[in-house]
Amino acid sequence: MKRVPWTVVVLIAGLVVPFLGSRFYTFVATDIVILALFAMSLNLLLGYTGLVSFGHAAYFGIGAYTCGLLMKSVGAPFLPSLLAGGVMAAAFALLFGFFCVRLTRIYFAMLTLAFAQIVWAICFKWNDVTGGEQGLPSVPYPEMGWMGSLPVLGDFRAGDHFYLIVLVIVALCFAALRRIVDSPFGRVLTVIRDNAERAQFIGVNVRGYQLAAFVVAGFFAGISGALFGIFNRGVFPDFCYWTKSAEPLIMTILGGMGVFWGPAIGAAAFIVLNQQITSYTQYWPFMMGTVLIVLLYAFPGGIAGTLKGVIERLRPRFVAEPLIAPEMGNRDARG
Amino acid sequence: MPEFSFLFGQFLGGLTAAMFLFLIASGLSLIFGVLRVLNFAHGSFYMIGAYLAWQFVRWIGPTGEGFWLAALGSALSIALLGGIVERVLLRHLYDREELYQLLFTYALVLILGDVAKVLWGTQQLSVSRPPSLAGSSQVFGATIPHYNLFIMVLCPSIALGFWYLLQRTALGRIVRAAALDRETLGTLGANVGWVYTGMFMAGSFLAGLGGALVTPIKSIVPGMDVDVIVEAFIVVVIGGLGSFWGTFLGALIYGQVLSFGILVFPRFSIFAVSVLMAAVLIVRPWGLLGRPLK
Repeated sequence: MKRVPWTVVVLIAGLVVPFLGSRFYTFVATDIVILALFAMSLNLLLGYTGLVSFGHAAYFGIGAYTCGLLMKSVGAPFLPSLLAGGVMAAAFALLFGFFCVRLTRIYFAMLTLAFAQIVWAICFKWNDVTGGEQGLPSVPYPEMGWMGSLPVLGDFRAGDHFYLIVLVIVALCFAALRRIVDSPFGRVLTVIRDNAERAQFIGVNVRGYQLAAFVVAGFFAGISGALFGIFNRGVFPDFCYWTKSAEPLIMTILGGMGVFWGPAIGAAAFIVLNQQITSYTQYWPFMMGTVLIVLLYAFPGGIAGTLKGVIERLRPRFVAEPLIAPEMGNRDARG
Repeated sequence: MPEFSFLFGQFLGGLTAAMFLFLIASGLSLIFGVLRVLNFAHGSFYMIGAYLAWQFVRWIGPTGEGFWLAALGSALSIALLGGIVERVLLRHLYDREELYQLLFTYALVLILGDVAKVLWGTQQLSVSRPPSLAGSSQVFGATIPHYNLFIMVLCPSIALGFWYLLQRTALGRIVRAAALDRETLGTLGANVGWVYTGMFMAGSFLAGLGGALVTPIKSIVPGMDVDVIVEAFIVVVIGGLGSFWGTFLGALIYGQVLSFGILVFPRFSIFAVSVLMAAVLIVRPWGLLGRPLK
């Protein structure tokens, strides 16, 4: 079997969605693409650096509020606002991360949670700027008139146009993330994940690298939050609430944190499950909780990890094993 | 300058809130101190405890002193629930990474929240104060219900009882040893598995009791689980996870900052508490009275 270029296949499948002509499919696809970026950004910490952040929603929310405020109140154009959302999230990640990386393991998780609660409290109470409890409704769509004059895309609805913009931006972010994890920088992160002490001994500035990963993860979470705010047509304080921080963790576990695309697969599975389950019962949290417990006990590698295991077992014996070591980032979970 | 009686009333309000939080947070801290698990489901146990108290009061009949029986029954039921959860599921995750433990307890939050909705609906429920404590008194010009006074005495007494048990008895010595070094304790012949189960049950008991006792003061609503866990979390982080007196101090500070914060910065009192937590975490990550690890 020749290697299938999955990245290209998925990208093309993504581009086809608006041609199906269903408002619903486009809606679900936009949701998946944006939250996939959120989960992928978290996995840079979780799967690659070995840091459990329970406050990732803070950066998602900061990105969403920054971009939403610029576009709604200032009337700024889309791309600069989006970028500002990412940069602002990264700046806060730098500030909070500076303190967080000083702690290890469960204490790191708690401090990230604590900072996220502060961000939530500010968004919830600062009525003059964030709209407080009422949030920031009716964030406008970007200027998409130019897309109407394009040859094939002209007849699409605004939702489809926005979806295509989101798809391109998120694809660029994924490409950047891929470059980051495959770079020497990314390799050092996995070394820290596998054995922070040893990394320290060979002269790696562990805290510095962890902080850098935290900032990069914050930036991409901010971008996904900014996109989500526009998609959602409003930004609300629950974007930063602690339960929101659990979502990308669940997506990552669901998809498999040991595989680069795992969190994206998890996000797709999470949203499709949500759509299916909520169509016949209101008790979605109950179902999700049950799925999560089954995953934790029976399939800790998630969907991607389990599939990988199955494929490896089915692979015919006579095919020569590659002589080079498997890619670090693809190794199952953390050592 | 506001009236003294008003300030005193505000102080008492903060103190009552602090005592409830102390009861709940000490359970959370107890579990963390021994098992090293941050139990998000602690808030869910608190909520189910409140619903169970309401249910038991309904079965017993709302008149008379049945409330006390209902509260005790509810706390014991929650202890049992905690015991089952620990014995059947949680114990298999001790050797795994924190992420799995965190997500497991979060999955319980999702499940128990829906179970409560199925069993008790989404309507606000409330329980009336037991008749023996229905009155109120004037203290320095501030009106204070007898039930609140009783809580201010009861909650610290229960927690003190636990503290005595842990610090001054043979059983407590085993528990403290389990917190320090599980393996060595096991080789010395103690049944560490049951110590863990026992501690998880004791912590859950405190959550259930807190939920049951709060019903005459606060109405029972869905969502009280995720809100209270954040409050309890802030309290233990400020005071120091696993530290008994730290939790007490943390609860007192939390109650008063919230109570007086509303007077000074009406909009930012939640914010003030969070900033306090962050400040503590930055300066003393192990909390005001906690001990640094290692």
